[in-house]
Amino acid sequence: MLFETLAIGGLGLASALGLGLAAKAFAVEVDPLVAAVEEALPGANCGGCGYAGCASAALAIASGKAPANICVGGGAEIHVAVAAVMGVEATYREPDLSQVDCSYGTDTAQLKYQYDGVRDCRAAVLLAGGPKVCEIGCLGLGSCVKVCPFGAIQIGPDHLPKVDPLLCTGCGNCVRICPKNIIHLTSVTRRILGFNAKYNCLAPCQATCPAQIDIPSYIKAIGEGRYAEAVTIIKEHNPFPLVCGRVCPHPCESQCRRGLIAEPVNINHLKRFAADYEMHSGQRIQPFCLPKNGRKVAIVGGGPSGLTCAYYLARLGYSPTVFEAQPKLGGMLRYGIPEYRLPKKTLDWEIQGILDLGCEAKTNMVMGRDFTLESLRKEGFEAIFMGVGCWNSRDMRVEGEDLQGVLPGTNMLIDRGNLKETPVGERVVIIGGGNTAMDCARTCWRLGAKEVTLLYRRSRAEMPANDIEVIEAEHEGIKFQFLAAPTRLIGENGKLTGLEYIKMELGEPDASGRRRPVPVEGSETIIPVDNVIAAIGQYPDLSCLEAGAAGQELKLTKWDTIAAEIDAGSTNIPGVFAGGDTVTGAATAVEAIGAGRRAARSIHHFLSGEEFAAPGDWVHSVKELPQIKDIPEAVPVGERVKMPELSVAQRALNFNEVELGLTEEMARAETQRCLQCGLYCYRHTGMTGKA
Amino acid sequence: MSFGDYMLFIIGAILVNNILLAKFLGNCPFLGVSRRMDTATGMSMAVIFVLTMAGMITWLVQYYILVPLDIEYLQTIAFILVIAALVQLVEIVMAKSLPALYRALGIFLPLITTNCAVLGVAIINIQAEYDFFDTLLFSFSSAVGYSLALILFAGIRERFAMARIPKVFQGTAIGLVTAGFMALAFSGFAGLVGH
Repeated sequence: MLFETLAIGGLGLASALGLGLAAKAFAVEVDPLVAAVEEALPGANCGGCGYAGCASAALAIASGKAPANICVGGGAEIHVAVAAVMGVEATYREPDLSQVDCSYGTDTAQLKYQYDGVRDCRAAVLLAGGPKVCEIGCLGLGSCVKVCPFGAIQIGPDHLPKVDPLLCTGCGNCVRICPKNIIHLTSVTRRILGFNAKYNCLAPCQATCPAQIDIPSYIKAIGEGRYAEAVTIIKEHNPFPLVCGRVCPHPCESQCRRGLIAEPVNINHLKRFAADYEMHSGQRIQPFCLPKNGRKVAIVGGGPSGLTCAYYLARLGYSPTVFEAQPKLGGMLRYGIPEYRLPKKTLDWEIQGILDLGCEAKTNMVMGRDFTLESLRKEGFEAIFMGVGCWNSRDMRVEGEDLQGVLPGTNMLIDRGNLKETPVGERVVIIGGGNTAMDCARTCWRLGAKEVTLLYRRSRAEMPANDIEVIEAEHEGIKFQFLAAPTRLIGENGKLTGLEYIKMELGEPDASGRRRPVPVEGSETIIPVDNVIAAIGQYPDLSCLEAGAAGQELKLTKWDTIAAEIDAGSTNIPGVFAGGDTVTGAATAVEAIGAGRRAARSIHHFLSGEEFAAPGDWVHSVKELPQIKDIPEAVPVGERVKMPELSVAQRALNFNEVELGLTEEMARAETQRCLQCGLYCYRHTGMTGKA
Repeated sequence: MSFGDYMLFIIGAILVNNILLAKFLGNCPFLGVSRRMDTATGMSMAVIFVLTMAGMITWLVQYYILVPLDIEYLQTIAFILVIAALVQLVEIVMAKSLPALYRALGIFLPLITTNCAVLGVAIINIQAEYDFFDTLLFSFSSAVGYSLALILFAGIRERFAMARIPKVFQGTAIGLVTAGFMALAFSGFAGLVGH
């Protein structure tokens, strides 16, 4: 017995000795740094950082191949702990979030996978004839739920994965497993810098909107009573929901697929409803901003493009300063749009929200007088955005334009913006057919003019003004004289008394596609007037750049606008960007907002030393998307909601806001008319679920 | 033995006397690591490596320690001891000298310490009275047979996700049923080597 014990013991001893020797001889130096880093990491092995697990990540961090903040699984405290181990400063890492981009759950799917056994989305997709990108909707088997190491995904009541932003770390496991490509990683930065691209599932309205707002999502949010979320969705792409909800000409609605069979969804007034909800709640819904990085950007011009650019730069962590020549911010929103369409109080509230994000504003600062491009650079501004708008009115180029009583269109509106008195006579003639002409006409009517006539050289069909503006002007008793152009202004003692106009007829279409008006010889007519307002076009006032006033020569176009690349906003001077009316000529607020965000993107890339030219896959027009001309079986729902407004009698002699806003019931009912379109998809009658 | 005999010997060890499906040894990793193909291949590599090593070492222990000392009846306990030490030793040496292979085999090396297929093959080697070279060949072939079965099984199990499996059979149950069918299929190889 003793012998056997000794033998086995000896064998054991020999093995142990061998092991000990081997351990000594083949000792692997475990870098204490690697061990310490690994200790600091969460050990979730989620793979979100791109390394096989926490151990590999620790090795990469310790050897300097990866930054200390690479871990996505833990929060900032993990980064701080790792940075402390590595002896470097903890830098902020913007968290990624998983986002479900599809609004079609299993209840609306065209293919259903409900039989027993298939418990994995990828398998289900393979069974149904190979991988596919979109056959409408989520498969709902919850592979993403199972694969999430942090328990952040649940299948929600709409049969779509719902990501809990508090738990999601952005590791990307769900993105990799989803065979339908409906989950993507996003971050605030990426959403700010991202523009409609050909690979996005775009609804026609979103593809049309110059600001690229995710319209179906916010309509859905309103429909489900998530008003604050709707505001957040709008503010992702448009910092001016209150303004746009009131004054936007809503090109989106003309592309609304509901419009193929009925009146389009009242998209813009739904936006206004959400925006009003925020204002009336008194509680600002502020978007997420990255920590300040201390880099300064100058914004010249406090209009919609400039303020939008400042808004996004502030959200990206920069410190923008807005230089505005007028006493108050807002640009043409304040000095071009009359009070009855956009109350100044509302505008002020919206602008304050933007400034609260960390934008500085310097008003009464005129470029060329108080500062130049060069002085801005000397003050430490690393990039400059020029959004100076279109502030000069075009002349009529007729005799007598210097008579007392003849006003350029914008001047009156600018004076009203500055709360100055703007008296008008009893008989006023407005020249022009655009929105500015309508604004002038309706303003004069409110100021007490007895007879307001609008002279337009083409016919009603060619008028560039928004339909609703023309209709409202008609309600208010504005007279329209179509196919007429002024030829002479008649005055006595330097004071305007009459206007001679000539009748026109429409000839061949011109370059703009509209039929060219041709004067009818001998049809001159003289009418008595007290005031003539010319609202026939605006162009940028670039006196600020004249003769080296700016310090550097900024290239202009032959139309006196700044020559800038439309997508990137870059000009001939590196670091100087431009956008809005000052590049495009007088256009809409929403286009200026789009340009402001594009410029913010370029400035961000420029300051990060990256390429900022627009990528080739951007969608510039809804025409680049598949054209759906027919929507069989679309869910039929009701009539387009009508905006309640003041009666004509209530509008006279005051500037109270005409449109009163939708009620909650009206807005909720209108959301049900939305088809929740994607590239091809829309709500069918065959779909049981509610989008 | 001629070359043909060696071929028969190898094929017999891989297919006819498959360590997993004919002798039913090493079933726990067979069910445990066969859910995904990459873990199955990792395990297979580790088994081939360790089994070949263990077969040789235990043969040496048997004929140079146990037999001279006349304590063959302590074979099992001695083999367990030696295999455990061997696996640890291999791990230590590999971590230092072959870090790439070490990372590839990873967790599977220590898992094998408790794998009965390794001990089983070591004991069969002795019972069948193989010489050293036969032992080497048989250990290696058995390990290849093990890997073959494991990889085939993992391939089948990966397709379970797409199959309509009744609820009561889901999970390990269907795994065992499948293993049974595979064993039946492998028993068909019995006629391959005409003994």
